[in-house]
Amino acid sequence: MGYAINLKCRGCSREIEIGPYNVCDYCFGPLEVVYDYDAMRPGMSREAIINGPRTMWRYKDLLPVDADKVIDISAGYTPLVKADNLGKKLGLEQLYIKNDSVNPTFSFKDRVVSVAVTKAVEFGFDTVACASTGNLAGSVAAHAARAGMKAYVFIPEDLERGKVVGASIYGPTVVAVRGTYDDVNRLCSELSDSYNWAFVNTNMRPFYAEGSKTLGYEVAEQLGWQAPDHAIVPGASGALFTKIWKGLHEFLDLGLIGAFNTKMHLMQAAGCSPIINAYNAGSAFIKPVKPDTIAKSLAIGNPADGSYALRTISDSFGSGYAVPEEEVVKGISLLAEAEGIFTETAGGVVISGLKHLAETGVIKPDEVTVAYITGNGLKTQEAVEALVNPMTIDPTIESFRQVIGNI
Amino acid sequence: MASARVRLTFPENLIKEPLIYTLGRDFNLVTNIRQANVDEHVGWVSLELEGEQLEIQNGLEWISNKGVRADLVSGDVVDG
Repeated sequence: MGYAINLKCRGCSREIEIGPYNVCDYCFGPLEVVYDYDAMRPGMSREAIINGPRTMWRYKDLLPVDADKVIDISAGYTPLVKADNLGKKLGLEQLYIKNDSVNPTFSFKDRVVSVAVTKAVEFGFDTVACASTGNLAGSVAAHAARAGMKAYVFIPEDLERGKVVGASIYGPTVVAVRGTYDDVNRLCSELSDSYNWAFVNTNMRPFYAEGSKTLGYEVAEQLGWQAPDHAIVPGASGALFTKIWKGLHEFLDLGLIGAFNTKMHLMQAAGCSPIINAYNAGSAFIKPVKPDTIAKSLAIGNPADGSYALRTISDSFGSGYAVPEEEVVKGISLLAEAEGIFTETAGGVVISGLKHLAETGVIKPDEVTVAYITGNGLKTQEAVEALVNPMTIDPTIESFRQVIGNI
Repeated sequence: MASARVRLTFPENLIKEPLIYTLGRDFNLVTNIRQANVDEHVGWVSLELEGEQLEIQNGLEWISNKGVRADLVSGDVVDG
C-alpha cells in the first residue's frame, strides 16, 4: 500500500476520498494528493532510495500509488549534466542541465503519465485518453500500450506530422479535431465528462501532476543530496514548476536534504505568457490568453496551476520571464552547440531565459544552477529548419576545397 | 438537463454590466456562483450553469461575443 490518504482542495482546503476527480465540488478549486508523511518516515532513507530501481519509481513511496505493479517504461533517472561549455559562455561556474529529453518518449511527460496510467489501472479503467499538442500524446499512447489498455488521443487537426507519427506508432486511436484551440479544449472537457475513461489531464490530473515531483527529487539526489541555488523551469500549466518545489520540500521534511534557499525561476514564451504577465503586473490574477507561440508544448492559455506557480515564485524569492519569440530558436542553438544536447522549443525558452538571468546578474557565477530541459529537439525540427544549410559539393577534393577554403 | 462549469473573465469595461443575470434570464439557465474576485479593473467568476445543452452553448457564445472570456474551471485540457 502507498501513503496517499486523501485529495485536498487547494482553494478551500476541503478533503475528499481518493478517486478520479480533479476539481473541488464546492469551490471548483484544483485537488491535490495528501500523504501520511508520518507513516512514510520510518521506511524513508537515502539508502532505500539509492537501492531502488534506476527509474523515477525509486521514489515510489512519495507517489500516489498503491499497486505493487506500476506501469513503467523506464521513465526518469535521466542525466544531470555539468554544463561547463555553456557555463563559460554565460559566466556561470556551477551550471547543470537536467536532460529530461532522453526519457523513453523523449519528454518529461513520461514521469506524469506513468503515475496517471498506474493510477488508472488501480481505479479499474480500461481506457486512457488525453488532449495534446505532441509530447503528452506520445507518452499516453506508449504507456497505454505497456499497460494493455485502449487509448484515445485527441490532437489539433493541424498538428505537425512528426508528432502525429510519434503518438500513432504505439497504436492508439488518434482523433484529429477541426477547430480552434478553444474548440479542442471544450470538446475534450465534454468528452471527459461523457465517457468513463481515465483522461490523464482532467480526472487523473491530481495523480498525473505528482509525477513531476520526481524532477525535484532526482536533481537533489544527483547534486549529492542538496537542492540547487537556482532552478530554471519552463512554464505551461505551472504544475511542473510547483511540483519541483513541492518535491524539494518533501525531501527536506523527510530529512533527506538539509535546509535550502532555491530560487525558482519560471520561463514562458512571450507568445503565451499568462503567468509571467501576472507576475510582471504584480497581480495574483491570471488573465487567460490566446496562445500564439512557436513553443507549442508551452501553449496553455488558461493555466490550471498559474496562481500556484506565482506563489512559488514569491515563496522562493525567484522570478519569472517571458522569453521573446525570436530568442527561442537561439536558445535551442546555444545549448546544442555548447553541450551537444538538442532540445525542443520549450528547452529553447529555458536556455534563453537562463541567459537573461545570467546577464542581468540574478544568478551569481558560483551559485549552483539547474536548467530543466524537458523535451527532445527531434520533435520540433520544423522550428529550426532555417538553421539547416548543408554545403553541396562534387565528389572531388577540388570541389571540397573550393567550398570550404584552405584549412 | 446539462451542466457546465466555467470561469468567466470580465474586462474592465464590462464589470458593471449585469451579464450573469442576463445570461440566466435570456437562456433559461440556473447560474450558481462558487468563487469570484472582482475589483475595479478586472473580475473573474467561477460558476456552474444548468439548463438545456443548446442553451448553455448559446449562452456562452453570447457572453463571449459581449467580450467576456469563458474558460474551463479546471484550466486548459489540451496539454503539451
